[in-house]
This record gives sequence, structure tokens and C-alpha cells, in this order.
Amino acid sequence: MLSKRVIACLDVRDGQLAKSVRFVDTKNIGDPVEKAREYYLDGLDELVFYDITASSDKRKIILEVVEAVAEQVFIPLSVGGGIASVADATELRLAGAEKINVNSAAVRRPALIAECADAIGNQNVVLSMDIRRVAASEALPSGYEVVIEGGRRPMGIDALAWALQGERLGAGELVVNAIDADGTRAGYELRLTRMLSEAVRIPVIASGGAGRPSHLYDVLTEGKADAALVASMVHYGDYTVSGLKRYLHDRGVKIRMSWQ
Amino acid sequence: MVVVDYDAGNLMSVQRACRELGVDAEISNDPAHIRAAERIIFPGVGAAGSAMRSLRTTGVGAALVDAFHAGAPILGICLGMQISLDHSEENDTRTLGIVAGEVRRFRLDDPALKVPHMGWNAVRVVRSHPVLDGIAQGDEFYFVHAYRPLPARREHVLAESVYEGAFCSALGTGNYVATQFHPEKSGRAGLRLLERFLAWDGRA
Repeated sequence: MLSKRVIACLDVRDGQLAKSVRFVDTKNIGDPVEKAREYYLDGLDELVFYDITASSDKRKIILEVVEAVAEQVFIPLSVGGGIASVADATELRLAGAEKINVNSAAVRRPALIAECADAIGNQNVVLSMDIRRVAASEALPSGYEVVIEGGRRPMGIDALAWALQGERLGAGELVVNAIDADGTRAGYELRLTRMLSEAVRIPVIASGGAGRPSHLYDVLTEGKADAALVASMVHYGDYTVSGLKRYLHDRGVKIRMSWQ
Repeated sequence: MVVVDYDAGNLMSVQRACRELGVDAEISNDPAHIRAAERIIFPGVGAAGSAMRSLRTTGVGAALVDAFHAGAPILGICLGMQISLDHSEENDTRTLGIVAGEVRRFRLDDPALKVPHMGWNAVRVVRSHPVLDGIAQGDEFYFVHAYRPLPARREHVLAESVYEGAFCSALGTGNYVATQFHPEKSGRAGLRLLERFLAWDGRA
């Protein structure tokens, strides 16, 4: 049967690794290519690059990063950040990305999901959702709202409804990023992750809030996620990818433990 | 070494993995190059219908079948594997017929199991083969597929994986071998398998 995946997310700005805390105050913390290789050799199951480069004239840099990583990292590679067209997606695929993450642009224009799915296949289109907790209301019955632009702009769209629409439009996977938890290291949003994982029939990747190994365990069991995304936990050297996988494996989570 | 190009994607990652193993692979959709190739990788992701259309119009499909009969070692990957059987349920497509059998969509009873079958899964070799014999206990490989092959003859099934029930995850006959998983995306276990294919003389 399938193993649960441990995925590392590298936020890249101007070709450098950055880590955001609640989406603001990003700091540079190193060379993304070097980090990617290090995690790959340490048993990582999948890698995500999120391009947070602000100026569009520097967008080419992410292509160079992806290309350099694809030369030496032989696990699935996923890229997101600012993808607004099939052309953007195709360019990244040619550079070596397996999967494409769409986010804000898909919220503004949902047809983007279907267009990308047609062009590169459902399984390669990941709908990445930034979600914040709100009071449940008629417009937001699930109590979770979709936000865009790195968490700055609430859209008045219900997160559950958007996940289901994204699946219908052809997304092959969901990234559920709880912005209330992002960078806090206080744990994933279990209730949100479980709600969405039970609602859709595509894999769900939990994102935002990982600080301790037990957080991964919780989201992969109680939260019913198919994969757990980590960032600061491993970027700062507090934990290693192999250490996290060993922890999960020892507690009975099905994990790929052979990578030598 | 030729990587077959038929608008089905995934070529570059196969080429990169070969380069990592010290082999320069040419990406080609020229039937003459494919017929003359010493060794062929036939990759692919996407749908069977459009892939077969492309293989027919370009003549690449016929060239592959010729190369198979001429004895060149061929490795099919994912859709490249599925297209080697007789028929695929996907788009109700007649395929190349190198291996007898058909391809059908996963039909699972457990509603918690998702289709496509996507992620890392174990592969158990059920028939010893030079390309697969390096797979160690515990090795897992990366899969992304909604359809699975059902070879008509048991001896063509080389390896199995489990997703609810067991399914054929590697098959082969003579100088043709194929995997449902992506060795080029399966870390070092995948690279080891590719390395064995690159050294294989085509004799099972």
C-alpha cells in the first residue's frame, strides 16, 4: 500500500531560500539547490519549491533553480508561486518540475485548473489553498475562508466549497495551508485538514504549523492527510528528514524507509 | 541510447537520470533512429488515446515494434508500459500488442483509497529478471497512474505491488521490460534499476 509522504517546502526568493513566518518577514537561509540535494539524500519523498520572488523580471531565476535541482534530485519535484497560465506551467515542466501548484491565479480564474489539467494531466496539477479560520456564516459555512496574495487578501470563498470545485475542475492533489498555523510551529490545523481530506477523493498535503515530530504524526493519522509538508523544522537543522521519517515509522505510520 | 519522444512528456527527467548514470541519451521521434537504436527507453505520462494517435501518425509505434523484433533492449515506463499491451480501457484504445493483455482502470471497494494511485509503494519481484533483481527488501518506487496492466500470460508478470489487491507493477517478455512506476523519480532505488537496464543485454 502507499506510504505517507514527507515533503519539504523550500520558499525561494530571488533564487535564495527564504522562510516566512505567517507569510511576512521572510529571511534568507541558504542555497535551495544544496538544501534540495541534502534532503533528497536523506530520504525526502517529494520536494516543493514555492517562488515568492516579488518582481516579475526576476522570474527566470526560479527556472534556473528548478533546472539545477532536477539535474541531481530524482524524486518528484513540484513548483508553485505566481503560476497564472498554461505557458507558465509548461515552462516550469520543461525546466524539470513534475507538478505545478496553482493558487491565487486559480482563485481569480478557476478555469486555470482545467486548462492546466488538460495540458499537463490532472495528476500534475496541485491546487494549493491558503486558508484562514473564520466564524462560520451563511457565506462561509465550513468556518474556513480562502485567502490569496500570500494570505493578505480574504476572498469570501468557503474553503470546503473551493476544494470540491478544484477537484471537479481537475486538480490532482490539494495542498491545505492553514495560514493561522503557518510558521508558528504549534502544529497543523487538524480539523481543517481532516475535513478536506474526508471531502475530496484526491490526495491531501497538510501544510503550515509543523514544529515537532508529533505534529506530523497527528496530521497523518487524526488529520487523515496523505502527506505532511515541512519547512522550518528541517531548514534550521532542528530535525532531519530521516529523523522525522524514523519517528513516524516507529509509531506505525507507513513510511518509505529505504533510500540508500 | 534513444528516449522515444511522442508528445507524452516526462522525457527530460528520464534523460537527466541517464546522464546521472553516465549515459548520454538522445531524445528522438524519428522512426529511423528508433529502428537503429541499440537501446530504447519508452517513457510517458498522459492518456492512451492521444499517445497512440501520435505513435500512429509519426510512425514511431511501428518503429518500436520493429525494434522489439530486432532484439534491442527496451524499457517501457508508466504509459509507455501500458501502451505495450493489446488494448487499453482508457479512451478504448487499441495499443501496440508487444505483450498480450489489456489495461484497465483501478476499481476499488475501499472509498478511502484514492485513484490515481499516486505516491511511493513497495514492489515485489515475482519472477527473477536481470533488470529487477537489484530491488531490495523495503525498496519503494514512485507511482502515478489510474490504470493498471493485466498481462494475459502469468509468465509476463515480473513484479507486483499492492493497492487494495495485488496488481502487476513490472512486466516483460524477451528483450522488452517495463515498469508501471517511474524509476527516474524513485530516488536511488530507481537509479539502480535504470543502471541495470542500461547494462542489460536483452536476455531475460
